[in-house]
Amino acid sequence: MTYAVAFQELTLGYDRHPAVRRLDGEVADGSLTAIVGPNGAGKSTLLKGMTGALRPLAGQVDFGTCTRNDIAYLPQQSDIDRLFPITVVDLVAVGLWSEIGGFFGLSAAHRARVDDAISAVGLTGFESRPIGSLSGGQIQRALFARLLLQDASLVLLDEPFTAIDAKTMADLLGVVRRWHGEGRTVITVLHDVETVRAYFPETLILARDLVAHGPTAEVLTAANQFRARQMCEACVGPPHDCGRDAS
Amino acid sequence: MWEALIQPFAEFGFMRRAMLGCIAISAGATPVGVFLMLRRMSLTGDAMAHAILPGAAVGYLVAGLSLGAMTVGGLIAGMAVALLSGFVTRVTALREDASLAAFYLISLSLGVLIVSTRGSNIDLMHVLFGTVLALDNSALILLCSITSLTLIALALLFRPLVLECADPQFLRAVSGLSAVTHFTFLALVVINLVSGFHALGTLMAVGIMIVPAAAARFWAVSIGGLICAAVAIAIISSGCGLLISYHFGLPSGPAIILVAGLAYGLSLTLGPIGSLAAPILPRRHVEA
Ligand SMILES: Nc1ncnc2c1ncn2[C@@H]1O[C@H](COP(=O)(O)OP(=O)(O)O)[C@@H](O)[C@H]1O
Ligand SMILES: [Mg+2]
Repeated sequence: MTYAVAFQELTLGYDRHPAVRRLDGEVADGSLTAIVGPNGAGKSTLLKGMTGALRPLAGQVDFGTCTRNDIAYLPQQSDIDRLFPITVVDLVAVGLWSEIGGFFGLSAAHRARVDDAISAVGLTGFESRPIGSLSGGQIQRALFARLLLQDASLVLLDEPFTAIDAKTMADLLGVVRRWHGEGRTVITVLHDVETVRAYFPETLILARDLVAHGPTAEVLTAANQFRARQMCEACVGPPHDCGRDAS
Repeated sequence: MWEALIQPFAEFGFMRRAMLGCIAISAGATPVGVFLMLRRMSLTGDAMAHAILPGAAVGYLVAGLSLGAMTVGGLIAGMAVALLSGFVTRVTALREDASLAAFYLISLSLGVLIVSTRGSNIDLMHVLFGTVLALDNSALILLCSITSLTLIALALLFRPLVLECADPQFLRAVSGLSAVTHFTFLALVVINLVSGFHALGTLMAVGIMIVPAAAARFWAVSIGGLICAAVAIAIISSGCGLLISYHFGLPSGPAIILVAGLAYGLSLTLGPIGSLAAPILPRRHVEA
């Protein structure tokens, strides 16, 4: 089986303090994987490592079927300036960047794709609204529409359903399913165990060190979750103190 | 009444030249000011204006009141401060405002030192307050060239620049243009301030950049609308300011910026969007 991305002895961190330690494993091409773990477990750090925003302290990230340009990434905390006067269409349309670049305009075909993406996330009618007038859930819908246009083979989502109502979450999970159906690889950080069980065939549990990785039914056990919590509680204080005697 | 408005321009070449120079500056510097405002960098314009001073002063000391020398000096000083502070922000923990403040204050003190070693000097007043009523052909060509260059650069960089303001993380993820965009934009700020100081002086150049942009905020929402409103306000303020300075014998740079300031005050109180009066203005209710 081919992999979309593989980790080899991957250590990621900040100021030489590791936040993810010696991670090994691979994510199968076309799989739908949830990353779970307590706060501070290094989940966001791992995604940043995959996008290349964070250089590994040791080890490496290997891309099998895709290249780094093939990644669409939704950060946990986007630094979008919500007061900046652009409309929903403007925000969504830059998802086509790899095709239109920084300068060229949108063709009629591009425009139709932008409209399709906007309707796929249920934002039809909001096209010319300034982003400052959208609710948090509507912004998240718009960002999913942008991800749709990016047409990436690897999609990374960092806690995309936090602070979002049930209806929006159900709609956006529908988009995730659609990606999975199209054969894209999707890796999502999330907390809600029920959602993971219902929608994500694969799970990776992280607590700075890898706790478990495999089919959700086998991996997402009470024992593993308990172990993850304990491993993270063992490391109060800066990351470099983490589980010194455990290793 | 009509005569008072038209006759100075009809009769005197220097008034027409001044007006042309002001239109050029309004068309170039004001759109740059709109982006400065949208990026919450309005005070950066002021800092850069101070940073330019020593370069212009050195240019003056070397070559006298020479357009070329003062332009080159101002450009070098402005670019040096922009690049150094941008570099420090990107590679160290210092934030942009602090690193810029440090460099422009160093640059400004150097400028004050240079100016004071030469004692008081009338010509140097031109650097500070500009010579819009004495723009010669080469100065006009310089102003128009800088404006053309600015508009071309803004047109080419429009999408990355908007994205750099609205969602910088996304721009960095999808393209390598982030740094290029940032530094090109700072360069545009510098060349427009240099262009502005020939006409309005180093202190007033930043006024034509920022004040109309701030006023436009109360009239338009979209970026295009903001730019159009700001340029219109800048041009009208320039015309009125020149006439006031002509009829009352006042210095033209401050007169222009004060008229723009008046426009700002009116916009702030009466403009249709987000102004003091906006809550009580009758607004059409938008369906759906
Ligand atoms: N920019 C940063 N600089 C320094 N330390 C960071 C930074 N971001 C995260 N960390 C640290 O790295 C660890 C993992 O963080 P993160 O990956 O955000 O956790 P998670 O997403 O699993 O909640 C935490 O201990 C956090 O304090
Ligand atoms: Mg996180």
